[in-house]
Amino acid sequence: MRRLLPATLLVSAGAIGYELLLMRALSIVQWHHFAYMIISLALLGYGASGTFIALFKPQLEARFAAAFSISALLFSITMVLCFALGQRVPFNALEIVWDSRQFAYLSLLYLVFFVPFFFAACCIGLAFTCRRLDISRIYFFDLLGAGLGAVLVIGLLFVLIPQNALLMLITLPLVASLLMGIPSKARKPLMLAQVMWLALLISGIPQNQLGLRISDYKGLSQALQVIDSRVLSVSSSPLGLITVVDSPTVPARHAPGLSFATRHIPPPQLAVFTDADGMSAITSFAGDFESLGYLGDVTAALPYALLEQPDVLVLGAGGGGDVLLALYHGANSVDAVELNPQMTELVGDTYAEFAGFVYDDPRVAVHTREARGFVAQSNAQYDLIQIGLLDSFGASGAGVQSLNESYIYTVEAINDYLRITAPGGVLAITRWLKLPPRDSLKLVATAIDALRLIGVSDPGKQIALIRSWNTSTMVVKNGALSVEDVASIREFARSRSFDTAWFPGIQAGDANRFNRLDTPYLFEGTTALLGERAVDYIERYKFYIAPATDNRPYYFHFFKWATLPEVFALRKSGGAGLIEWGYLVLIATLLQAIMAGLVLILLPLSRVSRNWPARTGSRMGTYFLLLGFAFLFIEMAFIQKFILFLSHPLYSVAVVLSGFLVFAGLGSAWSQRLACKCEAGGRSPVALAAGGIALLALVYLFLLPFVFQRFIGNSDPVKIVMSVALIAPLAFAMGMPFPLGLKRVAEIAPDFIPWAWGINGYASVISAVLATLLAIEFGFSFVILLALVIYAIAAVIFGLLPARE
Amino acid sequence: MKVLTGLLLLLSMLAFAEDANYTAARAAMVEELWLYAQFVDDPDEARISDAVMASMGTVKRHELVPPSERRYSYENRPLPIGYGQTISQPYIVALMTELIDTDADDVVLEVGTGSGYQAAILAELVDHVYSIEIIPALAIRAKQDLERLGYKNITTKLGDGYYGWEAHAPFDAIVVTAAASHVPPPLIEQLKPGGRIVIPVGERFMTQTLLLLEKTEKGEVITRQYGAVRFVPLTGEH
Repeated sequence: MRRLLPATLLVSAGAIGYELLLMRALSIVQWHHFAYMIISLALLGYGASGTFIALFKPQLEARFAAAFSISALLFSITMVLCFALGQRVPFNALEIVWDSRQFAYLSLLYLVFFVPFFFAACCIGLAFTCRRLDISRIYFFDLLGAGLGAVLVIGLLFVLIPQNALLMLITLPLVASLLMGIPSKARKPLMLAQVMWLALLISGIPQNQLGLRISDYKGLSQALQVIDSRVLSVSSSPLGLITVVDSPTVPARHAPGLSFATRHIPPPQLAVFTDADGMSAITSFAGDFESLGYLGDVTAALPYALLEQPDVLVLGAGGGGDVLLALYHGANSVDAVELNPQMTELVGDTYAEFAGFVYDDPRVAVHTREARGFVAQSNAQYDLIQIGLLDSFGASGAGVQSLNESYIYTVEAINDYLRITAPGGVLAITRWLKLPPRDSLKLVATAIDALRLIGVSDPGKQIALIRSWNTSTMVVKNGALSVEDVASIREFARSRSFDTAWFPGIQAGDANRFNRLDTPYLFEGTTALLGERAVDYIERYKFYIAPATDNRPYYFHFFKWATLPEVFALRKSGGAGLIEWGYLVLIATLLQAIMAGLVLILLPLSRVSRNWPARTGSRMGTYFLLLGFAFLFIEMAFIQKFILFLSHPLYSVAVVLSGFLVFAGLGSAWSQRLACKCEAGGRSPVALAAGGIALLALVYLFLLPFVFQRFIGNSDPVKIVMSVALIAPLAFAMGMPFPLGLKRVAEIAPDFIPWAWGINGYASVISAVLATLLAIEFGFSFVILLALVIYAIAAVIFGLLPARE
Repeated sequence: MKVLTGLLLLLSMLAFAEDANYTAARAAMVEELWLYAQFVDDPDEARISDAVMASMGTVKRHELVPPSERRYSYENRPLPIGYGQTISQPYIVALMTELIDTDADDVVLEVGTGSGYQAAILAELVDHVYSIEIIPALAIRAKQDLERLGYKNITTKLGDGYYGWEAHAPFDAIVVTAAASHVPPPLIEQLKPGGRIVIPVGERFMTQTLLLLEKTEKGEVITRQYGAVRFVPLTGEH
């Protein structure tokens, strides 16, 4: 036992660390879509191991120490092996609409990454099964390990690139294997395997195979193909892998929305990639503003046609492009907010000379903060709030980001921005233009809702929208746009051959003059969204353009099922760009979770003898199925909700996941006392727990937006502690129904226990993905309320179970 | 010796049969393109002319794709060609070629040689094609492939397409197949009055629209953006 407890802790830490690390690595190698898949497949590992242990319990119990040690060693080995193998699966998400093989590759990825979690879960499951008397201590070390693993990997990612962090992580289960290998009867062969693995690690062979194989179609890969291009620097943090690329022969010239009429050529730039995509540029600047003439001819310059020497707030400063834009136009002051400190350091320090010491300009103040947090805490009044392009055109297209939660472009966000916009000042947001429009129109719809929410009766009087061939810039004025403003907008657009899509008093003839489209989509769309039949228009529009909110922050989600058959049929005649494939990847992930869980968890269980009444069996099965859904629905909704508060998906996953694990574990430990008390009082403990969950969840539904708003500007450690404190009571209550059910099963049908674990695990595997799908379709509140209904049904079913055989 | 002769005969027969298969597949692809072209019922939208279609029926696309993708070479879809690049969907290539409205004596610049397919299609229609590629390995491969296929009127080079190809300017038309955040001003300068530039907009594998830029005789720039396909974004308005 002395060795088992630390070994359990190490394996548990390794498992959660690996889960977070995979999310990070796959965000770099591919895109964001895999985050939910990884949670699902980690749960699949735990579910399948439960089934495996149930089937081979006598054999495993007899060789407990060896089985644990071998599992831990295999966990360590497959962490590396599957990391390397997974990257060799030629999955290309962009090709998914053309090539059905991609679905097979996606399934292969799912299965490859499942393997390490299976072995990790075998260790934990074996400890629980074979050392039942010490279950509470084992459980404690398991949960402690999970919490420490999350902290460890976040810490490692601050100093190491992901593949090196992996090499640190794999030592955890290896040490666990060594610890448990000593008392094992199979000591000699085991030690040989351990020593060989250790020698292999030290010799550095695996490291050569571990380099991240970034998709050829991500911006960084493309940039590195260019003549003479080279990586100048790479830095890693949990917030992203930042790579700076330069090509002296073909320098980057990133100037989205540059007018055809311009005579200015952008100066050479350094390309900066976050997670191998989302290019931002650091522009060469030697203090000569003449060299930045092109900045006067981009759509993002529109607000400067309305303002003189404004006080500017740049949200998402990136490589400093919007700061230069402000200085070029004579801004009085510029507050530049950037989430990632590494990015700030690049512009302000590492490449400060190249960037013309732009961050040292006395007018510029740089704030390394999250945008919503900064705005929520700010009491300043800005003449201009500028949100530029934070993503690449490719990443904005056809579903690459459709699953990304973005709290920058929601109704609540726009209201926050307008709160700190001075009277007469403007909010300006530039987006890539897709045709037919999707995000540009969704942004207009979101701004209209935001204005209506603060009592503006005619939002159309405060909005203007222009477009180039690939960007659109929307300005929202704090107050009505004057005749002079309109004249300035028209002149700005005309002289640069930009098309106006909306300004107060616009006529059809004003739109679609320079870059002519088949239909003046943006003008017609904005007119419709400002009209009385806006709801009907949104309903009839073939892409999802209803405003994004903090409850459904999927700004990049445009998919509509009704449109799919039409656009899929058009893909060969040039309509492939109309397919929002990101959502299809999520559906494919859900289907494979359903299938994999069935094959790896439930089907093997059919070999376990079934000697319980059919009716009781179906009730018990339903009970554990419902609990699996309800728990994960709430957990997943909280992960997504807390992204707003904790600023980054990885922080949110780490804090919420480990918070739920630890406190649900404590709740589980306390559940037996609750059961005793309830038995004495003749009440149902599950009903009581479900009641507690419902009460807390409902309070949070109303309370969290206010808590977030009030405390979002605090430092990360404070917010993490607050998050854990908020999660604790809810997770504590949610930890109870499962062990309470298990206790009842042990009393009435002990043979059902493996099924209880299996069915519950199966539901968890599915709901990790399903919860995201439901959140995208109906919002977080719906997912949480649905979970509460499910808990209520589960409590009723628990009441229907026979008390004792 | 007899065995060797027999083997050579067999190999040449197989090669001939393979070539015949590709020819048939190419003809079927052109049939399919015709079908899509006929759906375009707006007179303002690009139709595909006989000349462009003939060119599509002539160029051996299978000779310009990597061996692993060869069996898909006459499917009407984009294919990966390595280095993060694609050979465009034939229908899009046909539309782009149509949009620049070439004459037999035209000189055309292509920015982004890629596989060389677009250059080969153009070479069937115009006097000379100059093509610039930014990725060294692709530039070498396309040059070799195009030479092997006997295209004498295509000149390729490795370099930065941003500044066009001053030595051969002005051009009657420019085809930009590489992604760009903006249309490089030097390309507009190197376009003859009355000339056209066409650019596919969108990500790889998924072209969204085609941008057509025309320089009037007075030197003004007029642009138009075409949906590659007829698609009405509102239900009930077909």
